[in-house]
Amino acid sequence: MIRIADINKSFGEKHVLKGITATFEAGKTNLIIGQSGSGKTVLTKCIVGLHSVDSGQIHYGDKDFIVMDFKEKKQLRQEIGMLFQGGALFDSLTVEENVLFPLSMFSDQSMSEKRDRANFCLNRVKLDNANKLFPAEISGGMKKRVAIARAMAMNPKYLFCDEPNSGLDPQTSIVIDNLIKEITDEYNMTTVVITHDMNSVMEIGDNIIFIYKGEKWWEGSNEDILKTENKEINDFVYASKYMRRLKAAK
Amino acid sequence: MGILSHVGRFVLLMSRVFRRPEKFKVYAQQFWKEVDAIGLNSLGIVAIVSIFMGAVTTIQTAYNMESPWIPLYAVGLAVRDSMILEFSPTIICIILAGKVGSNIASEIGTMRVYEQIDALEIMGVNSSAFLILPKILAAVLIIPFLVIISMFLGIGGGWIFGVMSGVVTTYKFVYGITYWFIPFYVTYALIKTVVFAFLLTSIPAYFGYYTQGGAVEVGASGTKAVVYSTILILLCNLIITQMLLA
Repeated sequence: MIRIADINKSFGEKHVLKGITATFEAGKTNLIIGQSGSGKTVLTKCIVGLHSVDSGQIHYGDKDFIVMDFKEKKQLRQEIGMLFQGGALFDSLTVEENVLFPLSMFSDQSMSEKRDRANFCLNRVKLDNANKLFPAEISGGMKKRVAIARAMAMNPKYLFCDEPNSGLDPQTSIVIDNLIKEITDEYNMTTVVITHDMNSVMEIGDNIIFIYKGEKWWEGSNEDILKTENKEINDFVYASKYMRRLKAAK
Repeated sequence: MGILSHVGRFVLLMSRVFRRPEKFKVYAQQFWKEVDAIGLNSLGIVAIVSIFMGAVTTIQTAYNMESPWIPLYAVGLAVRDSMILEFSPTIICIILAGKVGSNIASEIGTMRVYEQIDALEIMGVNSSAFLILPKILAAVLIIPFLVIISMFLGIGGGWIFGVMSGVVTTYKFVYGITYWFIPFYVTYALIKTVVFAFLLTSIPAYFGYYTQGGAVEVGASGTKAVVYSTILILLCNLIITQMLLA
């Protein structure tokens, strides 16, 4: 479980995050949604420590992340997997080497055990025949799957996904969403997904946090989101003509 | 950002770079890759530049010493000393600052822009040490060898072109390059090469590591890296020369 309390973050004069408090429970797919520029990515980067917060608290289980020193943060980060928007795969390494990388860095297993683990993760994301290919040689959807396999390699307790569906077709997006949901359930991970894809919201959103202009505006499940009367969230959810027609038909 | 802020941020970055590696074996693999990329891949350009520098120095020195009071073997002596003292360590390092430095800045800058550095940090890897330390160590180890090769090739090029163009004989040239040889000159050249090797890797790495934006900013980091490392190489050249030779 991850708990954040009263998170504030500014870049110069711009107050990006304004007192955000939330709890992300284990075994649930927690979604952070909101318009572009609302502060979703900044919030996630603050939670994982890529940005320092101006004030507030971040707890991973019972560990206070803010007061941890460099060494303790490094230790904790071995329990975190993150899927970046573009995949962030290492261009000079093959698919298999990308998945092997965290194992080579932190695991004391033998090479054959590491390879078995890497192949297991690649099989889990249904990528059996891509081991020797380089990131430049695979599609966007495959890159996302390799990134998920790499994030899974160290058996993380916490999984963060930054817009996992950006740039993907609707079918591949559903494959990625389902994969995230399945591994969250399977390993009882605390998963936090940033998205503005309404399909993802409806498919996998166990707990949804809506960020509006840097503030937490609304929280609920994927069933609640269709019933809410909140204007800002309705503007977001029913932005397309299709969704408005669907709402009118109901 | 002011110069003092850059210096402070550079010092902080280096303090993270020289931390204990997470796993020596992985760093060692990176180190040998960098030896190949920085050292062996630069051998061609170093050889071409050195041979031509030696050749031109020989011909120019010969044409500028028309006085009968100056012996012809002074051509060999002048080529030897100019190659060892200045051309090989300084000019080769400036050329490497362009070739290797821009490469380092754009490689690390691109990794920053495409969130690969963030990915390393999230895994718990000290990204600055993992990306920069092997490059610095490889450069500090391999560039002195390149400079030694450059010295031999420069003097060799001077000899071959000097004899071919008829400005000096083999006997006089070889006599000149062995005349009043001061071994400390080589030590001096290698000391400054080590300093230059550190500068031409750490400064581009710094600019690459703190790149923000996209392709334009990556390009700008590469340019800044080359300009600043060249200026600092020239400045350090002056300081080291004053300290060791004056």
